[in-house]
Amino acid sequence: MSMPLGYISPEQLMKDKAEYARKGITRGRSAAVLQYDDGILFVAENRSRTLHKISEIYDRIGFAAVGMYNEFENLRQAGIRLADVRGYTNARRDVTARGLANAYAQTLGSIFTEAHKPYEVELVVAEVGESAAEDQIYRLTFDGSVQDERGYVVMGGMADQVASALGRHYRQGSSLAEALRAAVDALGQQESGGHRDLEAGQLEVGVLDRNRNRSGRMFRRIQGAELERLLASTVESEEEPAAGTESGSPDSDSDDGQA
Amino acid sequence: MSSHLDGLGRLPSEFTTPGNSSFAEFLTRHNPDLLPGRRTLPGTVDAKDMRHGTTIVAATHADGVVMAGDRRATAGNVIAQRDIEKIFPADEYSCVGIAGSAGMAAEIVRLFQVELEHYEKIEGSTLSLDGKANRLSTMIRGNLGMALQGLAVVPLLAGYDPDAATGRIFSYDVSGGKYEEQGFYSVGSGSVFARGSLKKLYRGDAPEQDTVVALLQALYDAADDDSASGLPDVTRRIYPQVASVTADGLRMLGDNEIGALVDAILDGRMRRPDGPAAPVRDDA
Repeated sequence: MSMPLGYISPEQLMKDKAEYARKGITRGRSAAVLQYDDGILFVAENRSRTLHKISEIYDRIGFAAVGMYNEFENLRQAGIRLADVRGYTNARRDVTARGLANAYAQTLGSIFTEAHKPYEVELVVAEVGESAAEDQIYRLTFDGSVQDERGYVVMGGMADQVASALGRHYRQGSSLAEALRAAVDALGQQESGGHRDLEAGQLEVGVLDRNRNRSGRMFRRIQGAELERLLASTVESEEEPAAGTESGSPDSDSDDGQA
Repeated sequence: MSSHLDGLGRLPSEFTTPGNSSFAEFLTRHNPDLLPGRRTLPGTVDAKDMRHGTTIVAATHADGVVMAGDRRATAGNVIAQRDIEKIFPADEYSCVGIAGSAGMAAEIVRLFQVELEHYEKIEGSTLSLDGKANRLSTMIRGNLGMALQGLAVVPLLAGYDPDAATGRIFSYDVSGGKYEEQGFYSVGSGSVFARGSLKKLYRGDAPEQDTVVALLQALYDAADDDSASGLPDVTRRIYPQVASVTADGLRMLGDNEIGALVDAILDGRMRRPDGPAAPVRDDA
């Protein structure tokens, strides 16, 4: 059977696109989303104070992303618009993470199959519930697939290494400080097997705190003095993990648009 | 289109269009029917078919600004509601009080609340108080058509301005004109009487609680002379609403707190029905 010149089979096309997207995502830095006793914690390695990877979407819903900044920022804004317009036409409690995750999945899925270039992003949409059992964490990948996660999720950068490190340290029902320490330790994993200590200035941290009740909005950023205090409180409480390498980042800041 | 998504469950293109942090502007592109003031009415609305909110007062003080409103809604000559709420928190540092058509007002306030929150989430920072005042102005202007047909909404915006470290008050007319007021202001059917009363009782350097009492006295004076404004309903324990905005944020005062102040005011009025007397000479 002869094929026209330049024919690419659908399998090959999808494989190429997936590989392209995956490569883009691993070039950036990692982000982790995990449950703690009072809610859901978002931690990302991010040196920028203004270009966020973590965001509030609605009362009980938060967002984290890795990959191309312009692409996930676009999706973040679309998510806020969808949540706000749904809350405006119905009622605030009718806005759910599941609905938002479905919209993202359909959107990412059609971009992946139809557009020339797939989005190089991975997202988490999380909703904090009345109790930890009712928390919802959805992970969305560039091709539009959705996974319903429990406990913790790691995406971007060296996601596999970070996830296995987090798996070793993560404990269900841990306090905010413990969960933050586990996440920061895991994000400090290096390809060489070494470890670097991430400082407050290199981290972007937010929580959906189920006990917070400021007009229903449960998301808040943890930054500045509060973040430093939280990081310090766990370092002194445990024996120094005595990780080998010094802090510092061999993968420099020049990561061409990859946040 | 209740899901707001396209036929395949995807986000339509207006959702992913970058560079717009206004929710109202987004609605004009996505679904303009959701905006207040977009409908055209077949004719003029008869005032007795609609609920109307009446008197709102606001005054600045040493640490910020307070706003108070009576609880009566009228429809023509009937008292339509005894416990209507006419003061709404707009965000953490501002509140809106509404006089005029209650239904339209509720819709405009809801849009304004979403507008401020939307901006905060998209931009990652809050609008300045002047920015908030201008956004409200645009929304009132959008309602001009309805206003001319009898559904006017006249809001009063009060907020704490962290840059100037003071409380500020903005009033509006039905065409969306925005006017910053100094010291104190009042809107609604009883506003003339309330403003006269406040003029005598207001002191810009007074502490928060004295200013709250001055506002409650002014509302009493408004209800004393305006049939559409309600006195505190002591038997049902329905008291005026009071919101206070300071550097610490917005606080709606609780019924117990307001009840105690109202009881003291009523006590005073038992002795002197016209309320506290202002000195005739400055040196007094």
